[in-house]
Amino acid sequence: MSESNDPMAEIRASFFIECEELLEALQDGLQALDDGDEDPETINVVFRAVHSIKGGAGAFGLEALVRFAHRFETVLDEVRAGRMSPESDARKIFFQCADHLSDLVRISRDDGDLPKDETAKLLASLDGLLGETGAAEEEVEEEEIDFQPAALSFDLDLGDEEDGSPDVPDLPPLDDLPTPSDVGFTIRFKPDNDLFETGNEPFHMLRTLDELGECSVTCHLDELPDFDTLVPEQSYLSWTIELKTDVDEAEISAAFEFVEGLCTLSIEKNDASGNAQEPDVPDQSVTEAEAEDQPKDVDAALEIPPLAPVDEPVKDVQPEPEVASQPDGAAKPKASPPKAPSQAAAAKSVVRVDLDRIERLVNLVGELVINQAMLSQSLESSGLSPHSDAMNGLEEFQRLTRDIQDSVMMIRAQPVKSLFQRMSRIVREASSAVGKDVRLNTEGESTEVDKTVIERLADPLTHMIRNAVDHGLESSEDRVAAGKSEQGQVNLTAAHRSGRVVIEVSDDGGGINRPKVLQIAIDKGLVPADASLSDTEIDNLLFLPGFSTASVVSDLSGRGVGMDVVRTSIQALGGRISIASTPGAGTTFSISLPLTLAVLDGMVVQVADETLVLPLNVVIETLTLTNDDVEMVRPGANVVRVRSGFVPLFDLGKELGYRDPIEDYQGSVVLLIAHEDGSRAALIIDSIQDQRQVVIKGLDDSFYRAPGIAAATILGDGQIALILDTSDIISNAIGAGGTAASQPSTGLTA
Amino acid sequence: MSDKETSTAIELLTFQLADQEYSLDIMSVREIRGWTKTTPLPHAPSYMKGVINLRGTVLPVMDLSERLGLKPQEHTDRNVIIVVNHDDVMTGLLVDAVSDIIALTADDLQPPPEMQANTSVNVVSAITLIDERMIRVLDLSSIVLSVQNNAA
Repeated sequence: MSESNDPMAEIRASFFIECEELLEALQDGLQALDDGDEDPETINVVFRAVHSIKGGAGAFGLEALVRFAHRFETVLDEVRAGRMSPESDARKIFFQCADHLSDLVRISRDDGDLPKDETAKLLASLDGLLGETGAAEEEVEEEEIDFQPAALSFDLDLGDEEDGSPDVPDLPPLDDLPTPSDVGFTIRFKPDNDLFETGNEPFHMLRTLDELGECSVTCHLDELPDFDTLVPEQSYLSWTIELKTDVDEAEISAAFEFVEGLCTLSIEKNDASGNAQEPDVPDQSVTEAEAEDQPKDVDAALEIPPLAPVDEPVKDVQPEPEVASQPDGAAKPKASPPKAPSQAAAAKSVVRVDLDRIERLVNLVGELVINQAMLSQSLESSGLSPHSDAMNGLEEFQRLTRDIQDSVMMIRAQPVKSLFQRMSRIVREASSAVGKDVRLNTEGESTEVDKTVIERLADPLTHMIRNAVDHGLESSEDRVAAGKSEQGQVNLTAAHRSGRVVIEVSDDGGGINRPKVLQIAIDKGLVPADASLSDTEIDNLLFLPGFSTASVVSDLSGRGVGMDVVRTSIQALGGRISIASTPGAGTTFSISLPLTLAVLDGMVVQVADETLVLPLNVVIETLTLTNDDVEMVRPGANVVRVRSGFVPLFDLGKELGYRDPIEDYQGSVVLLIAHEDGSRAALIIDSIQDQRQVVIKGLDDSFYRAPGIAAATILGDGQIALILDTSDIISNAIGAGGTAASQPSTGLTA
Repeated sequence: MSDKETSTAIELLTFQLADQEYSLDIMSVREIRGWTKTTPLPHAPSYMKGVINLRGTVLPVMDLSERLGLKPQEHTDRNVIIVVNHDDVMTGLLVDAVSDIIALTADDLQPPPEMQANTSVNVVSAITLIDERMIRVLDLSSIVLSVQNNAA
């Protein structure tokens, strides 16, 4: 099984990928239940997810997973059957079980050690739930053993049986004794070849009839030739249906509405109630023969096999509660596992692509953009008329490149939902660890962000969520004393805002205890004792390395990862993080991230003979200064008057250490920039060169981070230009960043 | 004695820095390029010359003389950039000139003598004698990695 070219290994791998999706559906469903959703379909979804995992796990002999999933499923079945109502305690256990199930899936995938204690503990809680309703456990255990081979035979065989099996649960009720009051019809139905060519499917009609009343179906195989002489396009089968129903003939023929003229159809009313002309006895066997035949026919007509499984699980699951009241319910696991996986496959049409291939595509498109920039640069300098064919073609080329780039980026974009689901688990674990009652509310789960961003956001976000639960929220007693509800709220939201993604983590706790924060910072020597800091400055002390407010280092936070690490990792993603806190009402952390790590709309400028790129979205205006525009606030700090307001003025060349500050502002070009936090600044540059899309080349993994530099890009002439992080430059220029900026040259002695 | 050497044959790329001869294990050298104009990084230590475009990736370049604390050299056309790979991180090292490739065995290498007050990282992992010239074998990790640590 471990060989890489083993087909089993491949199937196994796809099973685990499927599991991820199922676990996601499971989380969704449980969340919906927790939110008070009483739609029976919700619990069905939950049940089906667990069930499918069990089915697949059985196929691969993942004993522990099967056992746990099975017990979980049993309890869920009780809920589904309405014999148990999911109280909040039960829901909590369900969540834990879902978490544990995903752990087990992961461990099984990586062949790790199974957490037996944890499993046993949760099984005990599940049994506790069951105990209340008094279901018999032992028999279920037996059945589980029975069940495994059934799942195995299905999962490895992705052939036609799949289509046949749906008939099995549907048909047995047909054997029930006819109700005398119903009127009987005999329907003879023989499809023409055209029926299959137009994409119709007799199975659906038979099922429609089944819904109208009790019916028994006989399939006539007489015409079916030997396999050698069988013409695949030819229709050989015909059916006789005995229907006992209270509807009239018109309604029956309505079932064949779409195949009118494509089949030979006769509907006869039987006078004698329920006396079939055909012998009833062999019904069951013939029906099954028909069931097996069906796929052959389907294939022959180039039908669409997935159709049947698609709606099957829904149909199949609903009648089950009746069956499930028998403690063993043996028919159930045998019948349903075949369908759920195929349902998952058919639900959305997706292609799974190796991430490396996408990476390669992204890189190639990046090269294409650079190449296109080079080409247009050389064509422009060759003095061609702007109306020449070459220039027109180039324009078209530019547009296409941009489209390709957007599409490629879209491939990489993923909704943040998976990330948020992980966070809901973090909240559950964290809240139980500190003994607080916490609820996580999420919003904007469908917001799409670059895959890499999502992956690299997991750790910082986890830390922030833990912080919110541990430090942000007060204990239940304190909350009640403060007149708040006992349950603490943590909100996690994502939204697109002006070309960036903003993710917010907020709590309704006590807010930042600023005097305490300041005191700690002073105690730790992070700020001078006599410092007088504004509220925002105090809040930002949390981001200083070596700062931890928890006076008792709890198991939860204080693992040596501070908010400074969070900030560093956010910055490494080209993002920014900010805090807003209201005493008594809570704290909000906002993370603002670029949509993609790969391209940027930039403004190309020249400063002190160096070419630099600024993100276009921060530039709101460009100005040419006269000396009258510039006012000095104090030596070294100038502002520029923009209409009625004053904006701090910085010389970009000086801030980057490229040149001495300029004295004469006459004629200088200034970029007015604004940030999301509302701050504005004016940057002096030498000239504006261009406005274009640039491909971001990360600097982070190659070497150290230069302050104020977000990334680099390659210009049309092959030279590298740095992409600036304007907010970093300005905060460095304003605050203590100045010290960080002047790093001494550290030479080594040989 | 450096741990990575066994008695097997090793090859060293030798180059000149401030009229002294240094060398690197050739297995860590990816390519040698002529000097091109770098894009300077703001507020970088002076030995960080900046970045260059190496076929679509951003390659940081450091002046090895300055990095080792030797006196900075005037850049001439003979200067070259040795592109090295350490732990999958590519770095360009600006040297005065590349001299030779020498093959020897680990037995030919001597550990550098213990020097007083040598508290900093030992960038010379070994020395060897070739034609009566002393050649210093550099420890790449201490040159490249401590930069990253400084930066953090």
